[in-house]
Amino acid sequence: MTATTAPDRLRRPATPPRAPARPARRTRRSLLPYLLLVPAVVLELGVHVVPMVVGVWMSLLELTQFHIRDWSTAPFVGLDNYRATLDVDTAAGQELLHSFWVTAAYTVASVGLSWLLGIAAAVVLQRPFRGRAFLRTLFLTPYALPIYAAVVTWSFMFQRDTGLVNQVLLDTGITDHRPFWLIGGNSFVAVLVVSVWRSWPFAFLCLMAGLQNVPDDMYEAAYIDGAGFWRRFQYVTLPMLRPVNQVLLLVLFLWTFNDFNTPYLLFGGSAPPAADLVSIHIYQSSFIIWDFGAGSAMSVTLLLFLLVVTAGYLFLTRRRRSDA
Amino acid sequence: MRETAAERYVRWVVLALLTVFTVTPLYVMLTSAAKPLRDVQGDFTWLPSRPTLQAFVDMWRTVPLGRYLANSLVVSSVAAVFSVTVAIFAAFALSRYRFRGRGTFSVTVLSTQMFPGILFLLPLFLIYVNLGNATGIELYASRTGLIITYLTFSLPFSIWMLTGYFDSIPRGLDEAAQVDGAGPMRVLFQVILPASVPGIVAVTVYAFMTAWGEVLFASVMTDESSRTLAVGLKGYATQYNVYWNQVMAASLVVSVPVVAGFLFLQRYFVAGLTAGAVK
Repeated sequence: MTATTAPDRLRRPATPPRAPARPARRTRRSLLPYLLLVPAVVLELGVHVVPMVVGVWMSLLELTQFHIRDWSTAPFVGLDNYRATLDVDTAAGQELLHSFWVTAAYTVASVGLSWLLGIAAAVVLQRPFRGRAFLRTLFLTPYALPIYAAVVTWSFMFQRDTGLVNQVLLDTGITDHRPFWLIGGNSFVAVLVVSVWRSWPFAFLCLMAGLQNVPDDMYEAAYIDGAGFWRRFQYVTLPMLRPVNQVLLLVLFLWTFNDFNTPYLLFGGSAPPAADLVSIHIYQSSFIIWDFGAGSAMSVTLLLFLLVVTAGYLFLTRRRRSDA
Repeated sequence: MRETAAERYVRWVVLALLTVFTVTPLYVMLTSAAKPLRDVQGDFTWLPSRPTLQAFVDMWRTVPLGRYLANSLVVSSVAAVFSVTVAIFAAFALSRYRFRGRGTFSVTVLSTQMFPGILFLLPLFLIYVNLGNATGIELYASRTGLIITYLTFSLPFSIWMLTGYFDSIPRGLDEAAQVDGAGPMRVLFQVILPASVPGIVAVTVYAFMTAWGEVLFASVMTDESSRTLAVGLKGYATQYNVYWNQVMAASLVVSVPVVAGFLFLQRYFVAGLTAGAVK
């Protein structure tokens, strides 16, 4: 940033006399940025904003399999879909609440572990040594792998009778039987492991890029002052990474909370209750039970929840940053 | 600054654990692809009883993998090129001009990233079907529809990253070109673009990978003729049998181009991320 602002500032005394001399260019200029944005705006409107508005409208209709062919016959039911899906006294409400807690636990565990692995790798790869470039490349591979190829491999590893996981557990004597991993309670562990395997390289990539901006002098200075590894980590690395962390944690949170691909590819259309993440839960009620009104109502609720969390997060991190 | 013995020990332990975690699935994929079918139907073995490349031959016949591969290639490349082109113009506007609505645009575009895909999946599906019925433009079950959808998926992040990248190019360069009489488009094409090749490469790779790996929309928006790899790989699991060796062989084949491209360009990717996203 300093490199870009410094020349501007030096130049500034020269600009004022020139500025009034080009009013004609100004008018043309004021249109140009809008023209440049037209393609992006049209695409975002068409593929994101308009369908979202339609989605909100759908959540107010009774859109079951009887009405899906012809929308105009779908009765307007107001907030009934919300009442039906969010009321925790009903079975549907209970299931959604359960799904929410599963997703919350999944998100906290996955984001936390991914960040820990990412920061560990970024820190130990900070100083040069033989093989560093190779390891860095290797660690990024899971992120580059197409998700379906990665998850299908894990699902092979988690197979009860033919998978690697149970074979290792038996060979090392940790268990004396073959547990199921893709159904029942263990499915939460399975989906979490796959999720961390997929997303920690992204945390590593961002943190590594962030560490490159930390000047070596700061570590040298801390070292000369007698700071050990942990103190340098605490007083140099972490504060310098704060802007990266602020964005990284938010992005990881949103991706993980919305994650559909991992459970869908691991379990197929219907996830076991222990791994019933909220987006697969919504998918199930939309496409398997054929109630799109209820599915849309749950999606809108999910979006509102994410908006509130994001706004709160940004508010808190901004304020803390300006305090510091 | 000396590294203590304890620090070195910890470093190697951390690296060893991370390596095992990262490599195990890759190892399983590689070795299982080289196994005969009966090896993957019994207890797991670390090595093939008899290494064979038969799975790499059979996988093209069990499902029409060639067609899925071609569909994925076309959809992902076209989506990536268009996404980056649109992002370049938008990022140029955001980086070099101050105009009313600038902040609103940035926030709106970035916030579309947090939409749960499931929320606009069905509306978009119905819009595509209805648009097709009304105008004859086939968007549902066509590669065009997928291309349009996917290019918007990578657009927000691409715009954001390129804006940051363009911001890091000194304005003095623009002004020098303007003094020479260059208009805004010439500034963009002759000054800014040549100086931001790493950022553009990084964004292109990102857009390609986004499209290549997308699953949810591919599973609803495609039919047999426009099916992409994301959905096509499911075909190896039949009612009676899963051809795990062929699944692994096919996964390997579809991973190689993106992994190779990404790893080859990772230096640009990290450079682009450093300049653009991490400020």
